[in-house]
Amino acid sequence: MFENLSDKLQNTLKKLKGKGKLTEKDIDAAMREVRLSLLEADVNFKVVKDFIKSVKERSLGSEVMESLTPGQQVVKIVHEELVRIMGEGESKLKFNSNDITYFMMCGLQGAGKTTATGKLARKLKKDGKRPLLVACDIYRPAAIKQLQVVGKSVDVPVFEMGDKVSPVTIAKEAMNHARKSGNDVVIIDTAGRLHIDEDLMDELVEIKNTVKPQEILLLLDAMTGQDAVKVAETFNSYLDITGVILTKVDGDARGGAALSIRKVVDKPIKFLSVGEKMDQLETFHPDRMASRILGMGDVLTIIEKAQDAFNEKQALELQKKLKTQSFDLEDFLTQLQQMKNMGPLDELLEMIPGMGGKKLKGLKIDEKELVYTEAIIQSMTKKERMNPSIINGSRRKRIAAGSGTSVQRVNALLKQYEEMRKMMKRFSNMGTGKKKGGFGGFKMPF
Amino acid sequence: MNNGKKGFFAKLKEGLAKTKKNLTEQIEGIIFQYKKIDDDFLDELEEILITSDMGVETTMDIIDYIKEETKKRKLEDTLEIKNVIKEYLVNILEEHQVPEVTDKQRVILIVGVNGVGKTTSIGKISYRLKQAGNKVIVAAADTFRAAAVEQLKEWCNKAGVDIVASEQGSDPGAVVFDAIQATKARKADILICDTAGRLHNKKNLMNELSKIFKILDKEFSEAHIDVYLVIDATTGQNGIVQAKLFKEACNINGLILTKLDGTAKGGIAFPIVNELKIPIKYVGVGEKIDDLQDFNAQDFVDAIFE
Repeated sequence: MFENLSDKLQNTLKKLKGKGKLTEKDIDAAMREVRLSLLEADVNFKVVKDFIKSVKERSLGSEVMESLTPGQQVVKIVHEELVRIMGEGESKLKFNSNDITYFMMCGLQGAGKTTATGKLARKLKKDGKRPLLVACDIYRPAAIKQLQVVGKSVDVPVFEMGDKVSPVTIAKEAMNHARKSGNDVVIIDTAGRLHIDEDLMDELVEIKNTVKPQEILLLLDAMTGQDAVKVAETFNSYLDITGVILTKVDGDARGGAALSIRKVVDKPIKFLSVGEKMDQLETFHPDRMASRILGMGDVLTIIEKAQDAFNEKQALELQKKLKTQSFDLEDFLTQLQQMKNMGPLDELLEMIPGMGGKKLKGLKIDEKELVYTEAIIQSMTKKERMNPSIINGSRRKRIAAGSGTSVQRVNALLKQYEEMRKMMKRFSNMGTGKKKGGFGGFKMPF
Repeated sequence: MNNGKKGFFAKLKEGLAKTKKNLTEQIEGIIFQYKKIDDDFLDELEEILITSDMGVETTMDIIDYIKEETKKRKLEDTLEIKNVIKEYLVNILEEHQVPEVTDKQRVILIVGVNGVGKTTSIGKISYRLKQAGNKVIVAAADTFRAAAVEQLKEWCNKAGVDIVASEQGSDPGAVVFDAIQATKARKADILICDTAGRLHNKKNLMNELSKIFKILDKEFSEAHIDVYLVIDATTGQNGIVQAKLFKEACNINGLILTKLDGTAKGGIAFPIVNELKIPIKYVGVGEKIDDLQDFNAQDFVDAIFE
């Protein structure tokens, strides 16, 4: 999301980095560019003003001027100020420790409430909760149906009473229903509304007073312009929201809203909703986001994604196989599928320090390669997968035809596998007994 | 006709009430404060314009224009500035307006990112065109989003027009193809195609859109094809990229600006029109079926400043 913004900031700051001595004029010029980049990224006007002011003040202070690498110091200050604007540390969801927890979702029309509601339900379910979704959008045509479809796809029940009953009554009934059916988290999906529609805003307040939710989450489209702050301010003044979920983050908007919200309404961003699939909800980490904006990479998120995608038992099994050198093509396939679970490869690469921004442009990763590899292995018999050495010329032809690829591709894959085995042999000889848990030196040959 | 125009103006004014209050009040505030046109005044004006989402570039153009005109017309009083800005903005919007299409057979393809109000706009457009005496068919080619077809069906019921739909997950191109055949067979005048919301940076989804456009172009070449991009008035600077990429994919030739009944000023419309040289066709000012109006540049700018 922040790609464009970070490109611009990086370019501006690069000019400073090379300089041995900075004058006030250098900093002024740089700050003017930073200001424009931020404004073009839809960062709120007042926030930009404050930001520039404090960066400038600190940059002109002695910590920079007396430093041997003043340019680097300025980058550090920009990073720190970015983190300060977005709030420090991740903000966890609040749960009711001795009773049912209630979450309420609200926002403008089309912000992505229903989709995000489904994603949140999936996440809670994965964390071992028993969530219930409540359909309180009685206004938009087919909104209830949409929530039902979403609920079904994440296997979470949906409570609805049609569109003839008031949302407040539905919320109240949902509380009884949740108690009876043993749900421990209730997520209430409300209708999209304009923040200036007083009647509908009052309705939200009534729902809030009825269910007394632990979290009131405002859904905000990452593409929103200068109005984002006004929307957040108004929702906050009616409902005293507890946090924000930023949606459609997978677009290429520069995400200025993310930078403004915390500063203006003093409420944390809790999640980023990054796609249309139900598992695309990320926890928001301001410090990591600041690093990503400045092209410093985000290794922590990669590790977390890996932990999420790889299952520990499988990992241990794999390790055992590596040691005994019985790693076969079947395992190779499992590995591939787990890699795919981590999300699009180029997205992952972007988080690697030094890979962000410019360097990646032009380097398009072909996800299709993975699909071919998968198809080839799947076209082999069980026996062939366990013991690839039996794959002779005619088998190769059959596999190529079966997977819709060519004999050359099958050969390439077998060669790759052979090399990988050799590499592993060396690894396991080298580090016997040393490595414990995790993926240590194991690398995929891409 | 006169009546309709008045209705438009009143509605838009009502919808833009908050917008107007903010922009005009702010501008009048500094006009009152500064009285004379000088650099400080222009700095403040620049801030106000940027907060309306017009973007840095358009804002700078306006400021340059003001500077020029001030010199040319020997303006001194800040009171005169409002008219200069209005002039400039109306010019941007009017420059690319095109005359109403008179072809008997028309196709309108509606595209846009997620959640901008495509389906709602289609409901309103089909109602308007039907009221104007056309036979309208709607193609439910958003086969992706949960319950999108149901939502569109409800709108079509309200508008009293036919719908061609398939189930969720089916190929949108096939739905459009079927709808073209239905339009020909039932001798309808206008075919309106809904599409799934898609982020403009998703290559595969944009390719899918190109494919839909090609099907229309090939299978229904006798009809006049309009492709309208729906833009949410709250959209920030990203709107320009959206418009550019949608234009590449399916040659959009018009805009629909929605959700103008909020506090957003829809300022993003100016840089989009300016850069892509395509007109705004309709504006959406509410959730009711008649809350969609023909666009008129002078009225739009007047409603912001009046």
